Amino acid sequence: MKPQMQSPSEEVRSEKTNAPLQAAHGGGCASCAVHSLSQLRRMGVDLGRCDFVVALAGNPNTGKSTIFNALTGLRQHVGNWPGKTVGRMEGGYRFGETAYKIVDLPGTYSLVSSSHHEEVARDFILFAQPDVTVVVVDATRVERNLILALQVLEITDRVVVALNLMDEARRHGIGVDVRALQRDLGVPVVPMAARRGEGIRELLAAIDEVAHARFPASPPRVNHRDAQLESAVEALVPQLEELFPGLPSARWVAMRLLDGDHSIVDAIRNGTLGDIEGMEPNVMPDLRRPSETN
Amino acid sequence: MTTSAHTPERLDQLPMDAAARISGLTVEGEERRRLMDLGFLPGTSVSVEMGNPLGDPRAYRVMGGVVALRREQANGILIEREEDGQ
Repeated sequence: MKPQMQSPSEEVRSEKTNAPLQAAHGGGCASCAVHSLSQLRRMGVDLGRCDFVVALAGNPNTGKSTIFNALTGLRQHVGNWPGKTVGRMEGGYRFGETAYKIVDLPGTYSLVSSSHHEEVARDFILFAQPDVTVVVVDATRVERNLILALQVLEITDRVVVALNLMDEARRHGIGVDVRALQRDLGVPVVPMAARRGEGIRELLAAIDEVAHARFPASPPRVNHRDAQLESAVEALVPQLEELFPGLPSARWVAMRLLDGDHSIVDAIRNGTLGDIEGMEPNVMPDLRRPSETN
Repeated sequence: MTTSAHTPERLDQLPMDAAARISGLTVEGEERRRLMDLGFLPGTSVSVEMGNPLGDPRAYRVMGGVVALRREQANGILIEREEDGQ
């Protein structure tokens, strides 16, 4: 990824769009958040055709499944313990004219460590290339949660940060400067208390903006690479691209190789890098068709 | 920051009621990665959240979260004590 210079005009624009629900693009009433919920049609697992794929990522226990259920109308098991979602869950909703498929990924602290959960989340964001990735951030532990958010922003700038558990933060006397956070991250930041339904319509509007590329993203770029590291990356990228044609984020994969990430090394050895087709999504047992249960 | 005056302490030596700042990690590889992902990054404040009568493991507060570490894991994290009134 090339370091991006941010033009002053972009800076102003992203400040102006601070509240994504304000519909700074002038879409009028139809794109205003007040109308958002009435535009939401929950589609459960009846996915059919979809226009955009949305991935839901975040640290464990930040309320991803609560948000997933609010959007899809499904009742995926919500529990207050980490590691509850294994594999990935899929559901759908329709927002206005647009059909979305939403994929709930297991909670992870990182995309670069190698536990099974992290691999599922990483492989999906990296290789399935969702149109929008929602990173759910715990408002009571923003700093720690931003580690994952920044890792996701290294891979894609089509990101919405859902700042969840704002009610809990308020209760603990924690205030979050949403405006500053959005300016620094360069992507929409939506304050939420999902279990009370707060922020759901603003989230829907923000996802819609990013999906339709109406939000001018300006994510921070890490720019500390020294010449030696850069030449090592440059030597690896063409080889990776030759071995795995069409591989997205070859630079990111090269960095992980240099990092000694065993799961990436293994995936290259056995040729399964980027192979997410073999991974079947979880479907809730009671909704599974009989043919899928044998 | 005066680093030259004393050898850095390690996190497993941090007393219950003291605060410290992480100055570096001596663990390598995946374990280093993991600790950093959990918030044990240089420059970050850290304190002991829960001790253990058996001494091991202990729970540490870092970046608003609580993480339990074994003694040998905490030993791989270098700290600088935060002086009173600093």
